[in-house]
Amino acid sequence: MEVLRRFDRDLLVLAAGVLVLIPVPLFLSGFLLEVAIQTLLFGLLGVAWNLMGGFAGQFSFGHAAFFGIGAYATAVVVTDYGLSPWIGMLLGAALAAAFGVLVGFLSFRYGLKGVFFALATFAFAEMLRLIFRSLEAVNAARGFNIPIQSGNPWLTLQFPQGSPNYYYVILALLALTLLVVILLMRSRAGTFILSIRENEDAAAALGVNPMRYKLLAVAVSAALTAIGGAFYVQYFFFIDPDLAFGAGVSIQILLPAIVGGIGTIWGPVVGALIIIVLGQGSTALVRTPPPFLDVLQGVSGLDVAIYGALIVLVVLFLPRGVFGTLRERLRAA
Amino acid sequence: MTVKGLKVSGRSLALLGLGIAALALLLVWGGEALAWAQDNRVVLVQAVVTGLLLGGVYSLVSMGLTLIFGVLDILNFAHGAFMALAMYASFVLVRNAGFGPYLSLLISVPLLFFIGALVQRVLLDRVMDQPHENQLLLTFGLALLIENVLLMVFTATPRTVEFPYAQTGIPLGITTIQGPLNVFGAVADLPRVIAFLGSLVIAGGLFYLLQRTSLGTAIRAVAENPDGAAMVGIDVRRMHVITFGLGTACVAAAGTLVLPFLSLQPTTGEQFNVIAFVVVVLGGLGNVVGALVGGILIGLVQELGGAFVPGVDKLFFVFVVFVLTLLLRPQGLFGRKS
Repeated sequence: MEVLRRFDRDLLVLAAGVLVLIPVPLFLSGFLLEVAIQTLLFGLLGVAWNLMGGFAGQFSFGHAAFFGIGAYATAVVVTDYGLSPWIGMLLGAALAAAFGVLVGFLSFRYGLKGVFFALATFAFAEMLRLIFRSLEAVNAARGFNIPIQSGNPWLTLQFPQGSPNYYYVILALLALTLLVVILLMRSRAGTFILSIRENEDAAAALGVNPMRYKLLAVAVSAALTAIGGAFYVQYFFFIDPDLAFGAGVSIQILLPAIVGGIGTIWGPVVGALIIIVLGQGSTALVRTPPPFLDVLQGVSGLDVAIYGALIVLVVLFLPRGVFGTLRERLRAA
Repeated sequence: MTVKGLKVSGRSLALLGLGIAALALLLVWGGEALAWAQDNRVVLVQAVVTGLLLGGVYSLVSMGLTLIFGVLDILNFAHGAFMALAMYASFVLVRNAGFGPYLSLLISVPLLFFIGALVQRVLLDRVMDQPHENQLLLTFGLALLIENVLLMVFTATPRTVEFPYAQTGIPLGITTIQGPLNVFGAVADLPRVIAFLGSLVIAGGLFYLLQRTSLGTAIRAVAENPDGAAMVGIDVRRMHVITFGLGTACVAAAGTLVLPFLSLQPTTGEQFNVIAFVVVVLGGLGNVVGALVGGILIGLVQELGGAFVPGVDKLFFVFVVFVLTLLLRPQGLFGRKS
């Protein structure tokens, strides 16, 4: 019962959060609006990763595979067929879920756990990257430039630069992702997923089919991640194999959950805020430093170095993430 | 599943299936492939030679990684970054202090041993009892930090170090070895040969250290059973620090040895890091000899795959081998099922 009430509260928080975030574009524009949009995007990706890596306990080091499938499905549907990116988004989500089930089935079938599972997901993502790099049908290493489509901008998901509409789209997608995860985790299936994470043998002994529920978590997580990939393509108008399937992408997807708090609903959103603000802040700092720091002008690497230091510090001092640790402290108090 | 009283596991069935498929492929395409191989003999011999020489370096990188995994149970994502660090250290010594690249080993290896030991002592030692993922993330964060500080200091401009004997050849007592060597019609660049031989020598040294000295015995005891080792008076934490130092020293040696034939960027170590994971899994986690053999195998797979199927990235074949190993023999080629 305690668990049920907690997820009901999560739904309330979600509704309130969306209401609070709707008027944000009235106060932000330009660079700050971009930061807000990226925060929501990586919040979405982090929440999606967290379903598999946190709640289901299957640490994925290759979510770029799902992100890239969503991105490429959208790019192909829009560029080669002139269809709406929403179709690409749905197609990408379905394909990513199927790929996730394939990877998950093979890995679970052969009993891969922990580090081995992480390495396997990493390997599958890298294989996709290398295949796409040499596949002429998807423009090989050149990637896709998304052409400007005519028609209703809400159908083509193309808005003028700096338009707040991107913000509303990604806010809605993030809310949808959170809703899916909250509802899934408070359902019977969600309880089974948690029980398998805690003790797979015990859960199996009680009649829960571990394979089925682990695959469910993987499939939903993959589909949601692909949605993020589809939005990415429509927002940046460009995708190539490294941007879609690179190891760096996998890291960026899992980082919000780690920094915010693995296995919590809100951790990845908090984590995304911290990471994007720090990352974009240091990028901006290097681009136009204040007078007393002008040695930093144009020095590349500082922003990622700060990322690296942040990860080290979080693991050392907040092993349960910012949100996870805070929640624990509050409960203890 | 049981067939005629013999226990048949799904895994062996899968292996059997793969074997049959391979045989069928061989029958169908074998003749053609053979004819192709005869036409392209030089390409193939060259691929074998290049793969072998490169594989030696992979071995050295992977031995450090497998040592760290075997003893500390940490999957080290900063291994490639340590390699880049060692390479930049050598680069600075060659550029600014007039060292020869091979002489700089005397500095880069001890330096990286010290840095590795320090990282274990100050950072990783605090998370030894946390889940694997946290240790993996810590080393990953460290890798980002090292690579990007290198990027800030040296920029992304590719750097090169001259091979010192390119013009003069290597004076060896009465004779002088002029490169490149000719091996059955294939070309073997001298710096690559030196890196290969150097890797073998260092591998031998590491093997001797682990098998024949009391320090090595203590390290192996810690790997086998930390509690038992502590009980007989071995300082487990000290062994962890020394082992991590040894692991980074190995990758430092590898980095300095490849410097004369590889252009250097802050991210140069990354691909070696990835390949070392493949090799370590292939050779069996913690198996130093397995890493040696696995490294050479992966070098061959990469180059032969690239020669047989041009147009596809060479690394693709490495990952195919990786996934097959993970799924079918996660204990490694030489490991026993636990």
